[in-house]
Amino acid sequence: MIPISAYLILAAVLFGIGTVGVLTSRNVIVIFMAIELMLNAANLALIAFSRGLNVLDGHVFVFLVLTVAAAEAAVGLALIVLIFRNRESINIDRFSIMKW
Amino acid sequence: MTDYVSTLSVDLSLLGPELVLLVAASLILIFIPFRKMNYLAPVIAVVGFIVSFYLAMGQWSEHSSGFAGLLTCDSFGVMFKLIFLLASFLSLLIAHRYFSVKGINRPEFYALLMFSTMGMMVMANTVDLVVMFLGLEIMSIPLYVMAAFNRRSLESNEAGIKYFIMGAFASAFLMMGIAFVYGAAETTDFRRIVADFSYIVANYKVYLYAGAALILVGFGFKIAAVPFHTWVPDVYQGAPTPVTAFFSVAPKAAGFAVMLRIFLYGFEGMEILSDVFWVLAVLTMTVGNVLALRQDNVKRMLAYSSISHAGYIMISLVVGGPEAISSAIFYLVAYTFFNLGAFAVITILETRSGCKSDFVELAGISKANPYLAAVLALFMFALSGFPPTVGFFGKFYIFSAAVKSGFIWLVVIGVMNSFVSVYYYLRVIKTSYMDAHEGQPAVVKMVPSIFLVLVITALGTLGLGFFPQKLLELSQSAIFAFL
Repeated sequence: MIPISAYLILAAVLFGIGTVGVLTSRNVIVIFMAIELMLNAANLALIAFSRGLNVLDGHVFVFLVLTVAAAEAAVGLALIVLIFRNRESINIDRFSIMKW
Repeated sequence: MTDYVSTLSVDLSLLGPELVLLVAASLILIFIPFRKMNYLAPVIAVVGFIVSFYLAMGQWSEHSSGFAGLLTCDSFGVMFKLIFLLASFLSLLIAHRYFSVKGINRPEFYALLMFSTMGMMVMANTVDLVVMFLGLEIMSIPLYVMAAFNRRSLESNEAGIKYFIMGAFASAFLMMGIAFVYGAAETTDFRRIVADFSYIVANYKVYLYAGAALILVGFGFKIAAVPFHTWVPDVYQGAPTPVTAFFSVAPKAAGFAVMLRIFLYGFEGMEILSDVFWVLAVLTMTVGNVLALRQDNVKRMLAYSSISHAGYIMISLVVGGPEAISSAIFYLVAYTFFNLGAFAVITILETRSGCKSDFVELAGISKANPYLAAVLALFMFALSGFPPTVGFFGKFYIFSAAVKSGFIWLVVIGVMNSFVSVYYYLRVIKTSYMDAHEGQPAVVKMVPSIFLVLVITALGTLGLGFFPQKLLELSQSAIFAFL
């Protein structure tokens, strides 16, 4: 029997990896993946709490978060394609026409 | 949640203003393939905004909730609905001219603007955290596209991707926070959280506080509080100017609507929050003002100025109580008028060829366009808080609410910050009136849509400055229904 706290620790670790990934990575696609990792960490926490409390709301919230993540992915990838067409690079260090 | 009978008979009138926007925006999308009818898009949008505004006004005195308690309707939320609709309407009028001149007047923009406004209205009218999150995403996702709307401009692309990364990053924090609050409280409904608050704190204090902190970070990004403000200057400078005008007012008001509800109602029992907001408010005011001092681009200067204005409004989050809430609403209404007015002037100046809204381009506009320079000066006086503009009363009510609750030092820092801000606002006036322009300064062609915006915003700035009582009474009657 694995306790709820183990899942929560896993969620926190995933969230931490995602945060570090967003802050340190230079490639927009990798940053995007790191953000998805953070959202999925939140999903894992929701499921763990939902099981621990024995109520079903958390499961429903996960579906809502998945939908939102899909919508974000559609818009985000479109933006990345747009940028790649205009400047043939998706390295974040080169997005510095304006002072960062 | 408990009244199952009422959940069966769905009352759509609760969602009336939102549904009008949804239908109008969908109509615009349907008509996109018919190129000849594309000119109708702004007309449909304007009609949609007006009908929605009318329906929202009708909801003013009715306090109700529906959809299994997920949506609520109280005068606080309705007040914010009206602010969002006003800001979107004015931004639409500004945008029409700008996009026509730049050759990107596509109907999608108006649909995106309406979807985004709908999301804000959902955000402001719920006491459930998950619905707030959904509203926030409905608001944000169109905003990412709008920031990158000028597809061929590298600056606009850059603004879009930066806004997208920071926005999605903030949403992840917010969702994690919601998960923790859910774990602590077994619900995401604030009415139940408030009812069981002492029990939750006694048993699950760590989860609840961790959740509140993560939620604070998430919304801190949205309202651009200082440690989370780094995206603001770039996005504001890079995005098309009418979009910047919209960004600087409506999403910020939506963020404050939610924060006032969460932190002054839901988590009212957390004493530490007041201290946290004290630090954030002081940082936001000071950093915004100091960095605004040395900007050479007017849009970038207004970006930092909008950060410092968020700092002033955050004072009301420190203070708490009905008076602080009403002063925050007053300030947000006032800010909508004078900030959108300032951006309308910048936009119409930018429709001259080759303009990038740098300070030097303002030189000598008072000679060629005396009226435009005069209203720009009016908005700058309002932004810096001179009487008799409404900007003065906005700051006055926030500061006086803080003094009454004993936050003297906070007010001292706030007043000092307003003095600092006078320098860079007056620099705009000085450049436009006193600096010489090489050659013949260009005369700006006035168009009816922007003229209407300037009249509305100037009348709002001056009229509410002479008669602030009416708006004050209105914002005092905007209260949480479930307090």
